[in-house]
Amino acid sequence: MKQLVIDFQKCDAGRNCNHECELECAIKVFKVDDPAQAALQIKAYEDGGGHAVLCDQCGDCVVVCPSEALKRNKLGVVMINKSVCVGCYMCIGFCEKDAFMRNSDWITPHKCTSCGICVKVCPHGALSIVDVPEPPVRII
Amino acid sequence: MSQLVFDPSKVMNIDYTLRTEYLDGLEAIKAAHKVLKEITYTPSLPDKGYTNRTLYVNVGSLEIQEKPVTQQMKDVFIGGRGFGLYHLWNAVKPTTRWNDPENEIIISPGPVSGMTQYAGTGKSLVVSLSPQTDIPIDSNVGGFYGPLLKFSGFDALELQGKSDKDIILFIDGQKGIIRIEEAPTDPVDSHVLAEILTHMYAENEKDLPNISVVSTGAAAEHSLIGMLNFSFYDRRRKCVRFKQAGRGGIGTVFRNKRIRALVIRGPQVAGDLNHPADPETIAKTGVKYHKEIRENDGSQCMMRRNGTAHIVEIMDAYDLLPVHNFQFGSHPEVHKIDSAYWQQRLTQATVDGCWYGCSMACAKGADGLTLQTGPYKGHLVSVDGPEYENAAGLGSNCGVFDPDALLELNFYCDTYGICTITYGTLTAFVMECYQRGILNKERTGGLELTWGNAAADLEMMHQMARGEGFGKIAGMGTKKMKEHFIKNGWGDPQLINDIGMENKGLEYSQYMSKESLAQQGGYALTNKGPQHDEAWLIFMDMVNKQLPTFEDKAEALYYFPLFRTWFGLNGFCKLPWNDVVPANNSEQPEAHKVPEHVQNYVDLFSATTGIKITKEDLITQSAKVYNFQRVFNIRMGKGLRLHDAAPYRSLGPVTKEEYESRAERYDQQIITEMGLDPVGKTTEEKMALHRQWRTGRFSQLMDAVYTRRGWTLDGVPTLARLQELGLDAFPEVVEVVKQHL
Repeated sequence: MKQLVIDFQKCDAGRNCNHECELECAIKVFKVDDPAQAALQIKAYEDGGGHAVLCDQCGDCVVVCPSEALKRNKLGVVMINKSVCVGCYMCIGFCEKDAFMRNSDWITPHKCTSCGICVKVCPHGALSIVDVPEPPVRII
Repeated sequence: MSQLVFDPSKVMNIDYTLRTEYLDGLEAIKAAHKVLKEITYTPSLPDKGYTNRTLYVNVGSLEIQEKPVTQQMKDVFIGGRGFGLYHLWNAVKPTTRWNDPENEIIISPGPVSGMTQYAGTGKSLVVSLSPQTDIPIDSNVGGFYGPLLKFSGFDALELQGKSDKDIILFIDGQKGIIRIEEAPTDPVDSHVLAEILTHMYAENEKDLPNISVVSTGAAAEHSLIGMLNFSFYDRRRKCVRFKQAGRGGIGTVFRNKRIRALVIRGPQVAGDLNHPADPETIAKTGVKYHKEIRENDGSQCMMRRNGTAHIVEIMDAYDLLPVHNFQFGSHPEVHKIDSAYWQQRLTQATVDGCWYGCSMACAKGADGLTLQTGPYKGHLVSVDGPEYENAAGLGSNCGVFDPDALLELNFYCDTYGICTITYGTLTAFVMECYQRGILNKERTGGLELTWGNAAADLEMMHQMARGEGFGKIAGMGTKKMKEHFIKNGWGDPQLINDIGMENKGLEYSQYMSKESLAQQGGYALTNKGPQHDEAWLIFMDMVNKQLPTFEDKAEALYYFPLFRTWFGLNGFCKLPWNDVVPANNSEQPEAHKVPEHVQNYVDLFSATTGIKITKEDLITQSAKVYNFQRVFNIRMGKGLRLHDAAPYRSLGPVTKEEYESRAERYDQQIITEMGLDPVGKTTEEKMALHRQWRTGRFSQLMDAVYTRRGWTLDGVPTLARLQELGLDAFPEVVEVVKQHL
């Protein structure tokens, strides 16, 4: 499955970076000029470490979704079908990585779909899409 | 007590999509339907939780009418059970009985119902005059019918009148059609009927989750203990499942009106259909709660794994699990039906909420059961639950410890349309009567109703469904069976009355209350009869010793029935309130009330309706409806102190073997509680001392509770209390009370 990953050895977000990844995601994917709405949120520390809120496509949200609005596509990426989503936010509450998000303007939640838009704009080459095996379905 | 750890490797590998299907006859059944009446209406979605209209249908005259929801209705009755009681009051006279045409069945979801962001928000309340108690009964039920009714445009549905032919009421909330159809050849039992009707009224496969069916089964036609199944379509299992409006015999009223089913086709559900005043607060509160379930459920109640059956072994360990008609509180074979077993037997790899967004997901299912008896012998079925009440009632209370037999009993109760709690308790009574010679093979028509005889138990249920033999007698319920046995001179009347576990005509639910005075009151000092919907105080009282004085117990029996009534006014489920709690709950003041969750409820109500309330307002809202219901009972000729009397089995040991099985405890109580010396006394003498002490303190509890509730010592709400609650605005209510002051 396609998974977005970050290399904090390369990420410069804590120093001189303009968080192009977040801004590009917000503008191109969600059509809003607000990086806080992006499907990835990067926090890098001055010591070179960092924390990224990223969807790793683990599929826990697919298991708990009561309306089957969440399914993997052929690339293994968990996609949301907004037309059947009932806005229950169990996907948000059960996401251990806090990667499922919502904002007050949209009734349906959102998350990263490994589209790679952020990868292309990262000036440090810290983001990449990798192909990893799908984890087994967990009983949650 | 060791914490059960979930082990996915032990879960039984059952294909939960496999089951016997019943769609072959669909087209012929559909072709036989005949439209008796059809009207169009304008569907509408709620505004701040209310659609501001209700639907009245007279199944006898075929009158269909919209009624406005008044501001007074919202202010005083809120919705749900409150709306049900309000409509029922206006529909009936003091002389009305359950099978009179003017009796109604009212279904109302409540303003919050249909919210998808918080657990346990899909409930509706069903209210009717009960065939078992002759007073209003209210039953809190999941499934999709209530929310879809509201999203189709109605805050309540009133059903009145009696049809002379079997009918189906169909509401199409997408197209704006209400239709009454004659249904001459539809199947009777719920698991067949609801599957057929769901597919009949859905326009395509995607439409299946928009359909909900209310139905009952064959036993509701021949007994007084019929219940209603509210369906929801399980997308993963690809089948129709049910939650039950179980208590009090509303299914019997339903069939007496010749209603075969109610079918609703609602709009596709989305997260904002209630159009709440403050969706942001609802979203934040919901996400916070979902996280709490994720983080805490596995180390607390494991509701997502085991459902409510998680407490079977806990009840057993504390001597609270009803065994052999509430004689004993534990049994050596309970490990066969405890949560370790159910965790393996219940399907785990699926979603089990009875409404969208229920992260507690306790509506578990045991799939892949091949039935061994009855009309569906050999069929492969899925069984709802079993919930704790069913494991205890159909299981330990009747001495049935074979889990497959228990599941089969559970299945047939559901599809035949009878309440599992009621059936469990009345069967336990029958089995004890058999043990004590009050019944015998001749009197039961050949049924050997010995403890644990599941085959005889099932046959009695099949007889109930056929309206034959002893099953028909059992279907009258415990109260009427007691009268029948006494009239026939089959046993000592006092013994029969002592061991028949009913109050007001309703059977007890499945907790041993002998050692919890507060729970004795929690059962008997209730509006509708003994259930655990109003007050479940056993642990607080008996185990945690948080209610040491009469005043403490009275305060608990003031607060908790009102707090829990509020769930039924709004369309909430009780379970998410305290079956998971915040990790720091025990550090909070009044931890037993789960203060953070109470605040959640205050916030959710305010955010839905736009009416700002406090925790204290919440209790006042309930108190209005609770006291109205008490006055309603009095209006119907009940509702006084004498009607709150408890069978002695719920208060103390009735029989010698019961006493001697816990002699150490009872002897000790003679010393510590009565200040007497048990040495040298016979068991009979000691039992007499206990009866005097236990009935005396129960009477004292009644005084304390009535006083705290603002009632006279005869259990009548005072005029001052009615004025305080604004119920004096209803002259009829005041008139009822005045006659008893």
